Amino acid sequence: MGDNIYVVIEHLQGQVSEISYVMLAAGRALASGIGGELVAILLGHQAQNLAGDLAADRVLYMDDPALAEFTPDAYQLALAELIKTDTPRAVLLGDTSVGAEVAGALSVRLEIPLVSRCSSVHAKEGTPKFVSQICGGKIMAEGDLPGPTALVTMVPGDFKAEEGQSDQPAEVTSIPAPSFDDLKVTLKQYIEPEVGDVDISTEPILIAVGRGIQQEANLELAEELAAALGGTICASRPVVDQGWLPISRLVGKSGKSVKPKLFLAIGISGAPEHVEAVTGSETIIAINTDPAAPIFDIAKYGANVDLFELVPALTEQLQGS
Amino acid sequence: MNIVVLVKLVPDLVEELEIDSSGATLDTTFMRMIINEPDEHALEQAIILKEREGGEVTVLGPAIEDIDGVLFTAFAKGSDRLIKLVDGFELEVNNHALARAFTSVIRELNPDLVLTGVQAHNDLDGSLGPLVAEYLGMSYVGYVSGVTSSGDKLTVRKEYPGGLIGEMEVAIPAVLGIQSAEQPPRYVAISKVRQAMKTATIDEQTLTELDPSGGPTVSQMFQPQVGERAEMIEGDIDQIAAKLVELFGDLGVV
Ligand SMILES: Cc1cc2nc3c(=O)[nH]c(=O)nc-3n(C[C@H](O)[C@H](O)[C@H](O)COP(=O)(O)OP(=O)(O)OC[C@H]3O[C@@H](n4cnc5c(N)ncnc54)[C@H](O)[C@@H]3O)c2cc1C
Ligand SMILES: Nc1ncnc2c1ncn2[C@@H]1O[C@H](COP(=O)(O)O)[C@@H](O)[C@H]1O
Repeated sequence: MGDNIYVVIEHLQGQVSEISYVMLAAGRALASGIGGELVAILLGHQAQNLAGDLAADRVLYMDDPALAEFTPDAYQLALAELIKTDTPRAVLLGDTSVGAEVAGALSVRLEIPLVSRCSSVHAKEGTPKFVSQICGGKIMAEGDLPGPTALVTMVPGDFKAEEGQSDQPAEVTSIPAPSFDDLKVTLKQYIEPEVGDVDISTEPILIAVGRGIQQEANLELAEELAAALGGTICASRPVVDQGWLPISRLVGKSGKSVKPKLFLAIGISGAPEHVEAVTGSETIIAINTDPAAPIFDIAKYGANVDLFELVPALTEQLQGS
Repeated sequence: MNIVVLVKLVPDLVEELEIDSSGATLDTTFMRMIINEPDEHALEQAIILKEREGGEVTVLGPAIEDIDGVLFTAFAKGSDRLIKLVDGFELEVNNHALARAFTSVIRELNPDLVLTGVQAHNDLDGSLGPLVAEYLGMSYVGYVSGVTSSGDKLTVRKEYPGGLIGEMEVAIPAVLGIQSAEQPPRYVAISKVRQAMKTATIDEQTLTELDPSGGPTVSQMFQPQVGERAEMIEGDIDQIAAKLVELFGDLGVV
């Protein structure tokens, strides 16, 4: 019992989220390091088919109409009893719109420790460890996974989703659901995002602007560069939050994942929430005045200069060439 | 509506971060602490709700560094009451401890709604909102980017990846983790903040003990080295631009 690793599978609108597979890959590293089993927890309604490609030793499946779509109360109720009775060594959840709030509530309700923003869990000489990515990706914090049961919320990074997928279905055991009377949060509807004029997830050349651009009027500089390069403008969250570009242009955890031939990041620091969606790019080039900006950790080429000097010069040379 | 906003201070990432000699914590000597950015959105959302529906906004923060500046700015933006939690705070207090400290004060205020930022970049033991909600016995929804109220219920827009929104109904009292306010946080002129410093008062609530249980112990911190760092292009501006144009050619994009 005490050595098992539980992974709470996240799914949305009938699809298993990528983070679930990443967690299974991480959970496998930890489980094999401490000699435990890797157990996937699937909560849903008529969703057993989602268990098909989970690379776990076992799947525990709880079916209830109240679990058809994610709501925090229902997930918390469903997981609390299970974790309390089974006492796994760790429970992995996504550091996402689903996992983060469930983990916090469970930590308080069950009085068990929580470690968040983990890019890795693994074992060193049999001791379970975590690595957490903090301060916008500038600092990694490492330590022993607290016990007896640790709640862990995971960010993508160190483990590949494919390693959490298997073509051999694991054994699925149905487990009973608790009573879901008196839920205080209900899902009314999903609102699909507005379709933008372009789909940045398929564009081959992306010019991505971040807060370094300072003002809406300065976007013109990036637009001129994009025109000269035959590329498309996209942005980090602060630019979209200011209303300077629509959400269809947002790259990142809450926006789209992109995989262009060229991703040119201008005035973007490279926070984990941004970076997780751009690592599929063929070539990343970053322009940033901060030599320690984490974007330079994932870029192939970098220029440590002021964008307001470089971008106009670059546009001019492209127009001349 | 009686709204409480929780704010937290976090290291300013514009400054260089240093790890101290213990190797397990940030060196706070030159560290600058600023308001957690999503907390600024939580404050904005609270003021928008107040403007729309009336009520009162109380802002609560731990007494570290420039919390007074943060609170007076919040007052200048339109909040009504300022409280700081005094004693025992070190810059690196964890969220379980902070949540327990906040909870005792929030209970007295008896709010309909508690708003805080959905996360902070230095959260190591989960974000503040869900912990506070559970201590208070209230519901929590995070990743929120829009709130409307109707009687004893709220309708909130919860963000999922790709811009998908889950519209959720939440019974009050509740705690919400705000990702983005409906509008960008308003700007206030320094003169207004100065005026707030003269007219507003900050109440102090003294705490006894901060208990960090529930969070992990860090044994080592390091700067990430994911693979190699980028190959840096050197030279003056025109040389760098020329090198980039050449690279674009090699990549076949021009
Ligand atoms: C739940 C959640 C979800 C999120 N989802 C996303 C998401 O989907 N996408 C996303 O992008 N973010 C997301 N974020 C926000 C993320 O955490 C960061 O805050 C954000 O990515 C930072 O954007 P930025 O790099 O543009 O700004 P900053 O971090 O402020 O960086 C600006 C950079 O510009 C550089 N700069 C400044 N001036 C110049 C100049 N003149 N020339 C060159 N460089 C300059 C600076 O050195 C700095 O590195 C999310 C946050 C949360 C809490
Ligand atoms: N004097 C100030 N008082 C409060 N907030 C400020 C102040 N100056 C800047 N800000 C914040 O910074 C943002 C403006 O940033 P920028 O667009 O980069 O100038 C606003 O959304 C404010 O929240």
